[in-house]
Amino acid sequence: MLEIKGLKVKLEEEDKAILKGVDLKVNAGEVHAIMGPNGSGKSTLSYVLSGRDGYEVTDGTATLDGDDLLDLEPEERAALGLFLAFQYPVEIPGVGNMTFLRTAVNAQRKARDQDELSAADFLKLVRARAKDLKIDAEMLKRPVNVGFSGGEKKRNEILQMAMLEPRMCILDETDSGLDVDAMKLVSDGVNALRDEGRGFLVITHYQRLLDHIKPDVVHIMADGRIVKTGGPELALEVETNGYADILAEVA
Amino acid sequence: MSRAALARQKIEAAEARLDGLILPDGATWATEARRAAEARVRAAGLPQRRDEYWRFTNPAPLLSDEVVPSSTDLPEESPVFGEVDRLRIVFVDGIFDPAQSDALEMAGLEIETLAEATATDIHWAKSVFGVLEEAGQKPVDRSLAALNTASAEEGIVIRATAKAEKPVALVYLQSAPASEAMIHHVIRVEEGAELTLLETGPAAARFSKVMEVDVADRGTFHHVRAQGRAHERLAHTHAFARLGTESVYKSFTLTANGRLTRNEHVVELTGDDAVAHIAGACVGDGSDFLHDDTVFITHDAVNCESRQVFKKVLRNGATGVFQGKILVKEGAQKTDGYQISQSLLLDDDSQFLAKPELEIYADDVACSHGSTSGAIDDEALFYLRSRGVAHEDATDLLTLAFLAEALDEIEDERLADDLRDRLENWLKRRK
Repeated sequence: MLEIKGLKVKLEEEDKAILKGVDLKVNAGEVHAIMGPNGSGKSTLSYVLSGRDGYEVTDGTATLDGDDLLDLEPEERAALGLFLAFQYPVEIPGVGNMTFLRTAVNAQRKARDQDELSAADFLKLVRARAKDLKIDAEMLKRPVNVGFSGGEKKRNEILQMAMLEPRMCILDETDSGLDVDAMKLVSDGVNALRDEGRGFLVITHYQRLLDHIKPDVVHIMADGRIVKTGGPELALEVETNGYADILAEVA
Repeated sequence: MSRAALARQKIEAAEARLDGLILPDGATWATEARRAAEARVRAAGLPQRRDEYWRFTNPAPLLSDEVVPSSTDLPEESPVFGEVDRLRIVFVDGIFDPAQSDALEMAGLEIETLAEATATDIHWAKSVFGVLEEAGQKPVDRSLAALNTASAEEGIVIRATAKAEKPVALVYLQSAPASEAMIHHVIRVEEGAELTLLETGPAAARFSKVMEVDVADRGTFHHVRAQGRAHERLAHTHAFARLGTESVYKSFTLTANGRLTRNEHVVELTGDDAVAHIAGACVGDGSDFLHDDTVFITHDAVNCESRQVFKKVLRNGATGVFQGKILVKEGAQKTDGYQISQSLLLDDDSQFLAKPELEIYADDVACSHGSTSGAIDDEALFYLRSRGVAHEDATDLLTLAFLAEALDEIEDERLADDLRDRLENWLKRRK
């Protein structure tokens, strides 16, 4: 599904290499986790894949089911089924959460030559999905993420994911700022979306999220490269020994 | 240029302009007021480029003998506030059109044309017509308003004696491409009465409008205006308001397109506990677009509240101007004054020029003002696009969100929704 080959990326303004040759392949139905210390390039990878400005790809490719992602606008990548759950969801004063969701859902449907959802169908769908994530009517009415707590923002990300039903989901440090209960809610939301046709890339510092969202494959990223790949046991190793041992081992 | 030379230039401009006009005559109460206004114009002259008060906006196109035609060929659109139950008063090229208007009757209101009111020997409007305009000439000359008082024969005169059951809508239609309209409205809201006035349409290729509004104690006046979309039109409008004790005056203006629009608001809070809110949203597109909001609010009583909220979206080289002043006179304690003017610049060619001012002679007041210019928030734009919203649609959504704060100033939801929907459609029509 998602295939990244030899991806090298630098910051446009600083001429500073961040990704130094990333190779990664996520098949449909799989959950991959990327772990790694601060500054290893995990978040950059998520931004480059979703099309944020400020990065320059100097080498390599990234494709989603064969479509070259790197040449596309962010909205085109979204229409292909790529979704990024932001580490820091953006506040948008003046745009109601409901308007935002409906605009996004219908924009993607339109891009895929599907009919727009009627107001009634949309409302029914959003209410059902919101209920699962314990998002109340008040939160749907408020401006996007404005005044939301950390947990509410992350739940709102998962709600968007549930509404948009992407094929490939990237979760960037979705566990940051979550307490135990919120972590469970968010994880349940993600697990409900797991199916054979969908791939996940879960970026996290800590193993604890992976207790809830059980990965098939775990990668360790350091200094812009994936330095080690293994099964779920690799995450437990990080939890017990930290990154130092692994980094020393591959150095 | 020296001060004396500027003064001479202004007076010459006034003479020239007055020579080109036929001023109304007749032996009624109004003639005296018009003559006095004419004298004000001759004494002060007409504004020139170098006037401090016209620093950002060149008044020349408003004064020239020739009116540059403005196309009347506009995209079809349903009438603004067409779904709202209202009493329609129609002006075509600035001339009252009884055939297209509703009967000038409503419970709680006395409605006449300016021509009717000024033909009488005695009229209540004498205490308002030209009076509020004259009071508004200090400390800054507003000679264009005095010129309007001296020469306008068209307009509507309304006295509200109770709560009007529905809004009065002034509908301006332009038929001749090179039309010029001069309109002067006189309104008095009596004690405890309530009136909502709506204004829509481009009126004429060049439009001069003065509205004098006298709100008595505990009276309420709401004003919602949508200035026409015609690309080439010019407009300069003045609203002069005098507010009594516990009265309320709220005005909102939506402006789109037009080559030059200058809207001046001069409000004097003369009774304790009065409230004045002036707001505006503007969408400007193109280097031939200039929109100027000039507001002067005077607090001359205790415990009054004034609020100015202005938002402008400018693209393709458009210019926005805001001059806003809050003057708190000695003794006007417990004044609550607020002023915000913001612009969203969608490209590097557009500009916003702002001059916010506070002048305070009382020691127990809360006044604040702020002015900002900014671009679209890149983070928000990327967030929307990452969810599949196309670049232009995401920009429109953020633009509407920026304007929302000004539109929220409209109390009547039906009116606000109508304008919100229209704005959405207007934004989609890119040049």
